[in-house]
Amino acid sequence: MSETSALIILIAAIFTNNILLSNFLGMCSFLACSRQIPTAAGLGVAVTFVLAGTTALNYVIYYYLLAPLGLEHLQFIVFIAVIAAFVQFVEMFVERFSPRLYYALGIFLPLITVNCAILGASLFMVTRNYSFTQSIGFGFGAGIGFALAIILMAGLRKKMTYSNIPKPFQGVAIVMIITGVMAMAFMGFAGMVNIQ
Amino acid sequence: MAENVPQPCPTCTTGGLCQGKGKQTLREGFWSNNPISIQILGICSALAVTNKLENSLVMGAALIFVCVGSNLLVSLLRTITPRRIRMIAEVAIIATFVILFDQFLKAFYWDMSKTLGPYVGLIITNCIVMGRAEAFALQNPPIVSMVDGFANGLGYAVVLAIIGFFRELLGSGMVLGVTVLSPDWYTPNQIMILAPGAFISLGFLVALFNCFNKKDEEDKKP
Repeated sequence: MSETSALIILIAAIFTNNILLSNFLGMCSFLACSRQIPTAAGLGVAVTFVLAGTTALNYVIYYYLLAPLGLEHLQFIVFIAVIAAFVQFVEMFVERFSPRLYYALGIFLPLITVNCAILGASLFMVTRNYSFTQSIGFGFGAGIGFALAIILMAGLRKKMTYSNIPKPFQGVAIVMIITGVMAMAFMGFAGMVNIQ
Repeated sequence: MAENVPQPCPTCTTGGLCQGKGKQTLREGFWSNNPISIQILGICSALAVTNKLENSLVMGAALIFVCVGSNLLVSLLRTITPRRIRMIAEVAIIATFVILFDQFLKAFYWDMSKTLGPYVGLIITNCIVMGRAEAFALQNPPIVSMVDGFANGLGYAVVLAIIGFFRELLGSGMVLGVTVLSPDWYTPNQIMILAPGAFISLGFLVALFNCFNKKDEEDKKP
């Protein structure tokens, strides 16, 4: 793995291994926040930022603190604590230095703590043995991939408000099926670049 | 979601589990308020591990274990947990049970642990467990909370098993690794094992549940 450059991993994480469409992570917020494009974009930006930050931070903690002490089995609890602390810190930082951005992101920042994409990216980083730069590339790419998928979905759902959907399919069911079609479209990128 | 939580039973003061309450809790978690198909919670893992029936069953078992355990512990500690830090306390309790299950898988079922990979760890962020701890276990006595955890876990496990069954059957023509649809006349539909199949089958399942529930509501109307 170590010979793959961070840039390749970044591109792969956006297109071929999209964290949402091929690893199914972050579905809860994907379904809840994809009704309108500005909301979706706000969440996408916040997720990208937190993903890149926490994968880097968790990398350092895992390989320089947990691994030497032989405490790998504590990774879940440590990762989730790091993510919660990071989100809290970012929230305070943004509120202090850029109130405009703070109001734009609104409730999304605290919600991100329980977004499984964030924890999932950290766990994938460990199971795939990424190096430090690769981890940053992966975290950043996964975030962009998530943002791309959720913004596309918001656009589609806006169009869908005018279409005549059978009653049982209204709501989540049709969104799931459309996501499936979208995942199929993204599968067209497969083979462009390949990571695990 | 809060209005769906049954009120503490006034007739029994000791165990908190009189017959009616237990049954009601069980039915709500399992059918009328099913975590996946009605509340649309915890679908990340529901999509990711259902490419084979075997994986789905293990994941269902994991969730039942974690849900029962964390509901019991959260409920036992509910009177002494300060409100401000209850979230952190809940996450810590849930993570403990997830680590237990993960270590158990690693020790006895190494192959399964490899296949499920990070999705076992992701039970921590599974909204079902957190949601039940927050919405039910914090207000109810331990035994009822355990029943509730079991009911929700079971509801999740059954839906996972249904999706896993159809995806494995249509995607590879097998059930639990045994060929059912002979390759002579059935060409396995690869898309069902891959990501799009997961989304589409869950979509159809939710629509199916919607059909049943619509009918229930219409029946109830005078």
